[in-house]
Amino acid sequence: MTVSLGYALLGAAILALSIYPLVLARDLLRRIVAANAFGTGIFLILVALGFRGEGATPDPTTHGLVLTGIIVAVSATGLALALVARMHAAGARLEDV
Amino acid sequence: MSDTVSALLAGVDWAAVAILTPLAGGAAAFVLPDRARAIGVAASVTTAAAAVALVWLIATAGPYDLAVGGWSAPLGIRIAADGLSAVLIGMTNLVGASVAVHAALTGRQTKPVAEAGVAAWGFWPLWLLLLAGLNALYLSADVFNLYVTLEIVGLSAVGLAALSGKAEAFKAAIRYLLVGIIASLVYLLGVTLLFAQYGVLDLAGLRAVLVPAPATQFAMVAMLAALAMKSALFPLHGWLPPAHGNATSPVSALLSALVVKASLYIAVRLWLDLYQPAGLGDDAIATVLGVLGACAVLWGGLQALIAKRLKLVVAYSTVAQIGYLFMCFPLWADGREALAAFVYLAVAHAFAKSALFLACEQVQRTLGDDQVSSLSKPELPGAVKVTFALAAVSLVGLPPSGGFIGKWLLLESTLSHGLTVWTVIVLCGTLLSAAAMARVLARFFAPEGQAAAHPQVVGDAASWRFSLTPLLLAVAAVGIGLLGAWPVELVGIVGTAQ
Repeated sequence: MTVSLGYALLGAAILALSIYPLVLARDLLRRIVAANAFGTGIFLILVALGFRGEGATPDPTTHGLVLTGIIVAVSATGLALALVARMHAAGARLEDV
Repeated sequence: MSDTVSALLAGVDWAAVAILTPLAGGAAAFVLPDRARAIGVAASVTTAAAAVALVWLIATAGPYDLAVGGWSAPLGIRIAADGLSAVLIGMTNLVGASVAVHAALTGRQTKPVAEAGVAAWGFWPLWLLLLAGLNALYLSADVFNLYVTLEIVGLSAVGLAALSGKAEAFKAAIRYLLVGIIASLVYLLGVTLLFAQYGVLDLAGLRAVLVPAPATQFAMVAMLAALAMKSALFPLHGWLPPAHGNATSPVSALLSALVVKASLYIAVRLWLDLYQPAGLGDDAIATVLGVLGACAVLWGGLQALIAKRLKLVVAYSTVAQIGYLFMCFPLWADGREALAAFVYLAVAHAFAKSALFLACEQVQRTLGDDQVSSLSKPELPGAVKVTFALAAVSLVGLPPSGGFIGKWLLLESTLSHGLTVWTVIVLCGTLLSAAAMARVLARFFAPEGQAAAHPQVVGDAASWRFSLTPLLLAVAAVGIGLLGAWPVELVGIVGTAQ
């Protein structure tokens, strides 16, 4: 059991924990947070995949992928929060979606 | 003559133009909201011209392939296009430019931009971003780039769906966004699993090394499920009718005609380029996709038949049409044979569906709402009725329309594979969509009562501005059937590396 496998398993655990609220939570904000946790789990697995042994330089490709993924996740979260704010301002309940 | 044209065209990298023009135009339209409309139309038309040049070059000189910045795969990112990409790029840009022209013709603002707010100009930057995303998606040649472009398409589509500012539109947009986020994350999980096993993201590179291991199959199922969700395959279609039915008409046209095709294209690309050659295109998975497609054909057809609002009739017909496209999957056991059916159905649907949604705008403005029960009022202009009739001809699949050729090829393929059940379902679906369209057309052409003494027509709703582009698109949907074997030959152009 290597350090990188530990991180990959941690990522998988975060991912697994976030599935339930992502699909079934009624509150919109919880679902948005769950989506971010799901993404973080995937990113952690990707970072762990870049491990190429003690002292060796990690694989830059996975880091590039994670950076791109984070940009996408931040944009999507921003858009989701903006929509939630507009709905809230319009007086809609956030549980009805 | 065609050699001279090709030589002239070959000097410019049209793929780069097709991606960068809308990107630059979108940024410009965002910075200069006063000029957003002019910038939007100019960028859409320029991009469409570049796309036509690219398609011409692919048709005459073979597949397009470029290592961006001179870095070849696996280090660099490759962009490439074969015949299948070329057809979809052509479809996207021609339909997109028509919708943009329609939006410019009909979106005259009486108030200055500063007062009208983002609803008045927000369409243009978002649409140009969407166009850049779509063109980049069809030109991508690695699974991660496909993910990024799919996200660009998804996020700009959600922004567009929310633009109408109605409470239902916000709700539909949030549902659309959440479905989109879940689907993208599952797709990304599949990409991660593939990368973990093979260390390659490039499609051609993956194709060379893929083996039928359990983790690969899991990744493949995850990616296909995510793409099916994004394409609104039954029973994951629940988000589509509200999102498409509550947006403004040009946006509904773009979402229904173009955006759902993007994720479908990725599913087809992965299926044909990775899974089939690597022996992973399992019969069971193909059958599941086909059965869900068949359910979508029947369920979407039924819902379209009983929907109360005209835009929902049109939106549910999209659910059914996506079903036909997924029914092509089990027929691909021997490679690219049934691809022609897929392409004809997809392209004919794009033209017919954009025509229908754009025509809905004039119906809404003339009648004040789009309830199916009020369609028999005699105030409707004749051009709208003709547009609906022509688009219905293609959607139902009557000769000589593009939809007819697509359905004919699909039926022929089901018969030659001995899948008689599929044949029956295609025919039942055709009957259902014919009935749904007849329900609308019967009210159009058999008006009840007299025209009101004081017509309630708002503004210039009867003007040609509203009917010109939908009519042209509907004529194109029928006319595609007259192109002969040209689209099939174009699809047959296969890259060595894609």
